[in-house]
This record gives sequence, C-alpha cells and structure tokens, in this order.
Amino acid sequence: MRYEAPTTTKEAASLIAGEKGEAFVLAGGTDLLVRMKTGLSDPDLVVDIKHIPAMQDIKTTDSGTKIGGAVSGSRLNSNKKLKKAWPGVVEATNLIGSDQIQGRATMVGNLCNASPAADSVPAMIAAGAKAVVVGPTKRRTVPVEKIATGPGRTSLAKGEIIESINLPKRTGKSGDAYLRFIPRTEMDIAVVSAGVNLTLEKGLVKTARVCLGAVGPTAVLVQKAAKAIIGSKLDEESLKKMADACSAACNPISDKRGTVEYRTKVAGVLAKRAAKIAFERAGGK
Amino acid sequence: MTHDQSFTNQKFKLVGSRVNRPDGVDKVTGRAKYGADAAAPGQLVALFLRSPHAHAKIKKLDTSRAEKLAGVKAVITSADLPDHTNGAQLDVLENCMARDRVLYDGHAVAAVAAIDRETAKKALKLIKVSYEKLPHVTDVDEAMKSDAPLVRENIFTRGVDPKPTKPSNICKVSTFGHGDIEAGFNEADVIIEKSFKTEQTHQGYIEPHACLASVGPDGNGELWVTTQGHYTYRTVCSALLGMDMAKLKVTSSEIGGGFGGKTHVWIEPIALALSRKANRPVKAVMTRDEVFKASGPTCSTSMDIKIGAKKDGTITAGSAHIRYQDGAFRGQWGQLGAMTAFACYDLKNVQSVGYDVLVNRPKVAAYRAPSAPMAAFGVESTVDLVAKAIGMDPVALRIKNAAKEGTRASYGPTYGPIGIGPTLEAAKNHPHMRAKLKKNQGRGMACGFWFNFGGQTCSDINISADGTVNLTLGTVDVGGSRASMSLICAEELGIPYDQVKANIADTSSLGHNDTTEGSRGTFSSGMATIFAAREAIEEMKERAAQTWDIPVEEVEWVEGEARAVGKKNDNLPPLTLKEIAGRAAATGGPIAGHNEVVADGAGVSFASHICDVEVDPETGGTKIIRYTVIQDAGKAINPDYVEGQFQGGAAQGIGWALNEEYIYGDDGRLQNAGFLDYRIPVCSDLPFIDTEILEIPNPNHPYGIRGVGETSIVPPLAAIGNAVSNAAGVRMTHVPMSPPRILKAIEEAAEA
Amino acid sequence: MTGTLVNTTVNGDAVQFACPTDESLLDSLRDRIGLTGVKEGCGTGDCGACSITLDGELVCSCLVLGVEANGREIGTVEGLADGDKLHPLQDQFINNAALQCGICTPGFLVAAKALLDKNNNPTEEEIRYALAGNLCRCTGYDKIVRAVQAASKDLRKKK
Repeated sequence: MRYEAPTTTKEAASLIAGEKGEAFVLAGGTDLLVRMKTGLSDPDLVVDIKHIPAMQDIKTTDSGTKIGGAVSGSRLNSNKKLKKAWPGVVEATNLIGSDQIQGRATMVGNLCNASPAADSVPAMIAAGAKAVVVGPTKRRTVPVEKIATGPGRTSLAKGEIIESINLPKRTGKSGDAYLRFIPRTEMDIAVVSAGVNLTLEKGLVKTARVCLGAVGPTAVLVQKAAKAIIGSKLDEESLKKMADACSAACNPISDKRGTVEYRTKVAGVLAKRAAKIAFERAGGK
Repeated sequence: MTHDQSFTNQKFKLVGSRVNRPDGVDKVTGRAKYGADAAAPGQLVALFLRSPHAHAKIKKLDTSRAEKLAGVKAVITSADLPDHTNGAQLDVLENCMARDRVLYDGHAVAAVAAIDRETAKKALKLIKVSYEKLPHVTDVDEAMKSDAPLVRENIFTRGVDPKPTKPSNICKVSTFGHGDIEAGFNEADVIIEKSFKTEQTHQGYIEPHACLASVGPDGNGELWVTTQGHYTYRTVCSALLGMDMAKLKVTSSEIGGGFGGKTHVWIEPIALALSRKANRPVKAVMTRDEVFKASGPTCSTSMDIKIGAKKDGTITAGSAHIRYQDGAFRGQWGQLGAMTAFACYDLKNVQSVGYDVLVNRPKVAAYRAPSAPMAAFGVESTVDLVAKAIGMDPVALRIKNAAKEGTRASYGPTYGPIGIGPTLEAAKNHPHMRAKLKKNQGRGMACGFWFNFGGQTCSDINISADGTVNLTLGTVDVGGSRASMSLICAEELGIPYDQVKANIADTSSLGHNDTTEGSRGTFSSGMATIFAAREAIEEMKERAAQTWDIPVEEVEWVEGEARAVGKKNDNLPPLTLKEIAGRAAATGGPIAGHNEVVADGAGVSFASHICDVEVDPETGGTKIIRYTVIQDAGKAINPDYVEGQFQGGAAQGIGWALNEEYIYGDDGRLQNAGFLDYRIPVCSDLPFIDTEILEIPNPNHPYGIRGVGETSIVPPLAAIGNAVSNAAGVRMTHVPMSPPRILKAIEEAAEA
Repeated sequence: MTGTLVNTTVNGDAVQFACPTDESLLDSLRDRIGLTGVKEGCGTGDCGACSITLDGELVCSCLVLGVEANGREIGTVEGLADGDKLHPLQDQFINNAALQCGICTPGFLVAAKALLDKNNNPTEEEIRYALAGNLCRCTGYDKIVRAVQAASKDLRKKK
C-alpha cells in the first residue's frame, strides 16, 4: 500500500486519478481503517488529506461558512460561532462515535462513506449545504443531497475529492436540529434519524427543510414534510401531518439495527421532536 | 494434616476492610502483562482460516500453496492433529479445528504460522477449501422439530425412555422436582402460563483470547495464555496433543475478563501444534470478530413456565419446560437451567425439565451463573404475573414462598442457612422501594440463585528471612483475589496486609488448582490459604518452643507473635514472626505452610435486585433510572471488590436484558460480530448501581465465605423485564427488550 | 516486511520506528516500540482500550495509521505518571477499586485525563458521556465514575 500526504487538493486528486488499483482518501480514517481491519478494503493507495491547508480551515465569509474536508468533529465542536449558527449540523456531526472518534472523524468523510445512516448528512441536507468538489482539472459545487447515490456509492468521479462543505449564511430567525434514535446512549449507528432546518417570520414557519436518515438507500429530503409545517406555529395538527409525511416517505429495510415498521414509525416521531427543537432555537414560541 | 472447615465466627482485624489491590500500580501504568503482551525471540504469528458457512462438508482442503509461500513456517489442519475418534476429547478438538464438516459460521478449518502478519494473511488467502453446503438450523425451537437438519449425525437423546433409535438435535432431557404438580395446580386459585424467549449473548470480555506457545522437539512446552484456569488448559492441551502434562508449563497472564468464556480452550491447542511443527514460538491472538464467532457465548433459550397459587399467595405448584441450545457441541446448559429455575422457592410441587439442543452456532461456554439468568427471567416474570393476578405485592409474594433453612430445593438437596429471605426483606425495606416514579417509569424486582462451587485447590505460604511473606496461589485472579487472599493470609499470621505478596503460580510451581469458575476463587483459595497459614503458624510455634526450650503446647500464636503460656514462662519475651523468620536458618531451615484441599460445602448464594426503568412510549427506548443489588456474600473479605462483582454482574444483566443479542441471518451467519452492533452497555447508559452486602455465614467455611461472582447476573433480566412491563403497561416476554420489540408490544397492546 | 520510517515523539521522547504503511498506530506502538499498555479490544474504534492522545487530541490508535504519526506527539498510559509519582487519576482508580481485570484501565485513564484537561470539574453526566467510548465489562462503570470524580477533586485542590 502506497501512503501519500500531499499538500494541495489538486495534487491529491491527481494521485487518486492516476492510481490503477484501489485508491482511498484518508481524512479521519474512522471508516477506512475499519474497512481495512475487517478485510472489506485492501487499498493500493491511501492519500492523506490532512496536510492540505484548505482542508483544515473553518472560514466564515459573507456568503456563509466553509468547513474543510479534514476538519474533525472535535474542532467543529470548539467553534462557537458555527455552533451558534448551525447547532443541528454540529450536534449531528458530534453524535458520530465517541470522543475518540470525534478526534478524527470528519463531516466530509461521513458524507463520502455514503452510509444511509450517516449522522451528519441529514443535518447538512436540511441546512442546504453544498459540497465543493475538486478534480484533477476542475472544481464544481454540488448540493450535498447529490453526493450519495446509494449505500457506499457516490456521484464523485474517480479523482474527485470534496474539499469543503459550504453552509449558507444564517439570516433572521432560524434554527436547525438533528435527532437520531439509537438503542444505547452513545456509540451506535442511527437506526433512524431526522434533521430539520427552518426559518420563522412573525412567529410562523417561513421556510423549512426536513431530511431523514436510515430510511432508504440515501438520506431522504421530504418536501411534503416541510410543506406540512410551513406557515404553521408547529401546532399538533401540522406536526402530525409532517410526521405522517415523513413516515410515508420512508423506504427502509429490516436489518440488525431495526425493522421496516420501526423505522417508518419512529422517523415521524423524531422529525416532530427535531422540528420542535429547531423552532425553539429559532425563537419560536 | 486435616483441617476443620467449620465456620467459627472469628473476630477479624483485617478481613472485611477495604484495601488497595497489590496489582493496582501495574494495572494503572500499563505495565501489567496480559495474554497478547508477551513476546519471545523468533516468534511467529498465527492466523486462522474460518468457515464462512453455518454448516457444510469440507470436500477438499488444499494448503500446499500456502505452505510454499516464503515466510510460512507451519500450516495445520485437522489432518495434522492427533486422532481422537471415540475419545473423550474428540468434541474439544473438533471445535478447535473442524474435521470434515464445519458446524458453524467461524469454525476453524486451518491455521498458519508465519514470520509476520502480512505473510500469514497472504498464506490464508492461498489455502483452497471447497465446501458442500448443508442445511443448517440456528433456532432452538426449530432445531427440536423432527424434520430439522441434523447438526450431528451421531447424537441420540439421553434421559428419555425408551432409548431413541433415531439421532436428534436434542442431546439430553433432564428432569428435576418433587411432589405432584397436577395436584398442586388443582389446588391453585390462579394459574399463570407463559412462554418466554431469550437471545444468545456473549461474555464480552474486552481482552480477546491470546497466547504465546512454545514447544520443542524434546516434548517440553510452555504456554503463556489468558485463561481462568491454566491447570485445566494444561490438562486439556496435553491430552489433545499427546504431551506429558508435567512437561507443559502453562502460565496464566493477567486476564482481561473471562466471565466463564476463558474456561475452555479455543486457539491454544492449535498454537501449540503450530509451534511444535515449526519448532518456534507462536503467538496467536483472536480478533474481536473471531471472539464473537468462534469462542463460547451463552445459549439462546425458549421456555414455558406455569405457576399456580392460592389467593393468599401460597404457590401450590410450578413447572418449567426449558429449551437451551448448546451450539454445535453437547453441553449441560439446559440441565443447569432446569436445576436453577425454582431454586429460590419453597415449593411442595415442582417440576422442571431442561432440554439441551444442538444448533449451528458456536459451542456454548459458561457465562457467569451459566443458564440461571434465562430460567430466572421466565420464572420471575411469571411470579410477577401471579402477584398481579391475586392482587398481592410482588415482594410479599416472594417472601411468602421463599426457600429457607431446611427447604428441599427443587433440584434435590436440602438447604442449610441461606440468604434468599433476608435479601427479600432487605429489598422490601430498601429506600429504593419508596423512591418516586415519574411518568413512563416502572419498577421491577426479581431474585436469583446460584449454586457456587469449591473444588481442588492448593496454596503455599513461604516466610522470608525478613518476615515478609510470599503467598503462592494457583487459582487465577480474575477480579482482585490477590488482595483478598493477602488479607486472609495477613489476618491468620497476624501481620500487616502489605507484608504479604501474593503471586499466581504457573503449573510447574504449584499443584493442580481448578479453574476460577463457579464463584469458587475466594471460597476455596481462601480456605487453602487459611489452612496453609495455620500450618506455617504451627511450624513457627515449634521454632519458638525450640528457641525457648519449652514444650510446643506451651506456645500460643497471638497477633503475629509466639507467646509462651503459663506462669513459669513469664520471663520469656514474645518472639515475633519476623524474629522467628530471621532465625529460621538456625532452627530448622525455611518456614513454610502448605495446603491441598478439595474444598467442599460452597454455600449457595441468593440475590434480590430492584430496578427502575423509563420507557419512551413513542420509540420503545429505555433508560435505567435506578438499580439496587442486594446479595448474600457469606463474608465480604474486601467489600470494594464484592460490590464490584455485584455491580458488574448487574451491568452485564442490564445489557442482556435490553440490547445484547447474537443476530443470525437466514444464511446462518452471524451479522453482528463486533462491539458496534453487539451492544454492551456504555458508561452513559447506566446510573450508579447501589449495593447492599448481606453476610449470612456459610457454615462450611472457617470465615463463612460464599462465592459472590455470579449470582448478580441472575436477577437482572427478570427485574428489568418486570420494570419495563410495568412502565410500558405490557408484558415483555422476549429478551433483549430492544426498542423495536418494546414498541411493537406497546402497539399490539394498543390495538388489542 | 517493507517498512516506512517514522519519526515521532512518544510521551515526550523522540522515537523512530519502521512499519508497513497499512499498519495501525496501535500495532506500531505495541509491536515496534513495545508499549503494550495500549490494548486492542476490538481494532475497530468501538472499545477505547487503545486510546492515546495524538497532538493532544484523544483518539483510538487502532484507527490511526502508524505512518500518520510522523512528526506528531503521542501520549499513552505509560506517560501518565511523573516519575514515581502517579497521576491523581491513577491513584484514585486504585483507591476506588475502579478496575477489576484492568484491561480497559489504560484507555479509561487516557480518556479521563483528556476530559479533565479540558474540564476540571465535570458533572457525573459529563464524565459518563466523555467515557462512553471506553468499554468496561467488569465494573458497571460505577467505581470508575467515582474515581474520576475523586481525581477531579484532587486536581482542583492542587491548583
């Protein structure tokens, strides 16, 4: 196995594009090293992106916040500004694994691993986040929901790397939240999860995005669920409508972590609870 | 010399105090050496090739390419191992290495030893196996059906009349009880009949199996290994490989948890065989995935419980039919379950029938009070249902029917003084019982029983010239026993605790000691230590008598010194242990005390647990709010570590009750062979676990000691089951009570 | 073995080792430089027995490549004590009987120290969540949490 630690994204992209065998990006390594240990992957090339300065940045500009691809969960957690603007996104990322995992795991790694149960992804999608994709020759910006195409599969071409995640600028009264259900209090993969992001105007929900995790091959953005609460004060009726829309949008499997029925039911429950938190965070009463 | 093991109500100076363990510093600095921490010059790395099938015939097994790979020093398949056909060890060997059939996902088919891990990994890939898949069965009830695929072709059910002529997966039926259950049920005002299921769990010790084996062509061998019983490993390994027992020195490393799972050999005989073939040391360490797939978890079970009672709470009859799977090899787990099921109660009419059933899963090994927690789940859940049906407080119902001294136990013997009544009274009076419950919270309690065990033990005490003492033990220290044995030794000799240095001997330095299992460590090693110390004291009295030139009858041993008794000896100042030790060379040589004993009379153990649980009715999620363990210890030598056993057993029981389970796919393969999806409790899952130690002396031990290690895992499944059922308003009958199972039960109840 | 040379700092000492590029830092620490206080319980980041600090950040060494340690600073359980003086956490783990088998203890100590370095007065809940990545199968965590509470008290007194 070849190990490379380039200092620019372009170089990293070229290395991967040029590798004939199996090539992997190494960010936090919390998925890749598990794959290697359990024999699921036997890479010919690993490209460590942690030496690329652009990958290590958290930058806030007029248009929003840019989070580098190699920024760990614990660094995200110590950024007070970001936590205030996007508490749901930060808490979703921080839910991944233990403090030990947080010392390494990254949002972009979580996204590119393309697990339907990835914690940070529904929160990012609800937030309207975009991924900056860098290839050997060009860059493009893609909505996060377009990255994963199925379990373990992404829309990235060989040699394309996500350099950063861009979160939009927060304006007015807004809030986001992410909840997942796990059997224990920590250390589990989400059985089902929900991210909700909303803005308020005159005490009513003006815009909303609701995204579910672990209920289909990829995270599911549920427009009907958002519609159900737009214009409301999150009264019981609109919440129930939203929960029903969530359950209706579920297309899960039964596996070792949960059943179809369980995921379908609890998706709605979590979306309701997350919406209430987001509403409160936005200053709603 | 024979010693009297009767309880004497001795007054203690040290025993019962909370002391720091002697191996503490080694363990907080990373210096302590566990199974995988040893290294030998020139050591090879061993890796195992394992079956990907639940059940298959090995049609062809070709290792030639692996053998030719540079750096590979030995390859072993069943063909390289001694033939034990029709021998007592055949099952053990076949589990370590499949012969012509693989019987479960993870069953070893070959092993290699190579100069490094990379080479060993490559070699495994070069081994070609062709399998012919066979039908498999992993569920205990399915396996009992007459048309189930046969796990083994040569098993005929024992314990049934007439003797069967056709093979079956049911290897044994065991029946216990007394009285007339039909008459008992006829007397009952209320009869509750219920079926229960529990899923398979693993001991979950954090340290994987690991060893360093070294065997030379002269037949001398050494094995460094993480084990609960290095003498047992020596016995089994030497028998399997045809080695002389005395020439195989087994050293127990520090053990990173066992809970019954390290009472049995897995990779060790193969590591020895590889070493013998390569004539080099071989290190073998299981991965976590291998631990789950190919060590010895406990059974999954299915059972039917029936209890009848009068309106006043008198239980008139109890019956249990319990079906336990033993994995792919015969065991006695169903039998043990049947024996323990009703052991807490004084019943006139009782019958329990245990079935031991083979399935295509790994060989079942002991797990802390093996078989008792599942039977207790069935019985104690049903007892709660009886209480509800007659409108009686569940603790009061248990107190009314509790076994006591003189009760004929459901499994046969008559009890001496026992602690079930006192633990129940303590539960009734515990502040936990009065703590306020909030919305969606429920309280449950249950009691539990374990036999405890004694067995072969020996211990040496050697007194150094400076008066410090070496205490040599052969019972592996799994949870702090070096501290308790040092306390006992210091107590008897009358010297400070820190002047005793306890050490676990290797198999060549001390006689046989049975495995640390059955909660026998403190009971039996404690006994041998007391007797060895008393022998050393007799010797020191002799030396003092000799020094003083008086008859030994005029010497007594008080507070660590020899004192001359009687008026005429008034002028003789006492001789301390240190002084006697200092003169040993001139008075007859080194001073030592020894004891070899078969420790009988291990007192049975009982516990009552109380648990509060909160259930989220929308998700089925659970949270343990409060947990209290009350258990009889006989005598707590080092209370810190007795509490530790209570808390640890409760925590394992909580995991089992709520989330832990082996999940097999339709293909018979284990789907969650890792700590990510085999969910043992994490720190944030649990509250502080309150403990209350009761001391009802065991009449058969000088200090009154009873084993404490196992009973604490018996009540939790039922206590939590009762609490969850009370919180959710629906009876839970399937363990683990995972969120999907709870939510489903709530929804079904709502629909009905 | 074809190895890559790695220059790193372990518990303050400069250390050099060679390892295959796909080797975990856990294996490098144990097998190349003999620091067997770092334990493997799972190798997949689920048990925390291999916890170390990497440039001060708490990580599982089984999820780091040995080659990634080049130029970095590693802290392990072997570096906790100051000469013959144990760290308050080590003292309190012994005093509180916070270990039974002891295999998880090194990981717990490293994780607990990482917590107390950031927060010298954590609540019970903060302790429990901070240690959720470290599995213990013997103790039910009761005495571990109490030991961390006692050590945090000691550390505050010292200041």
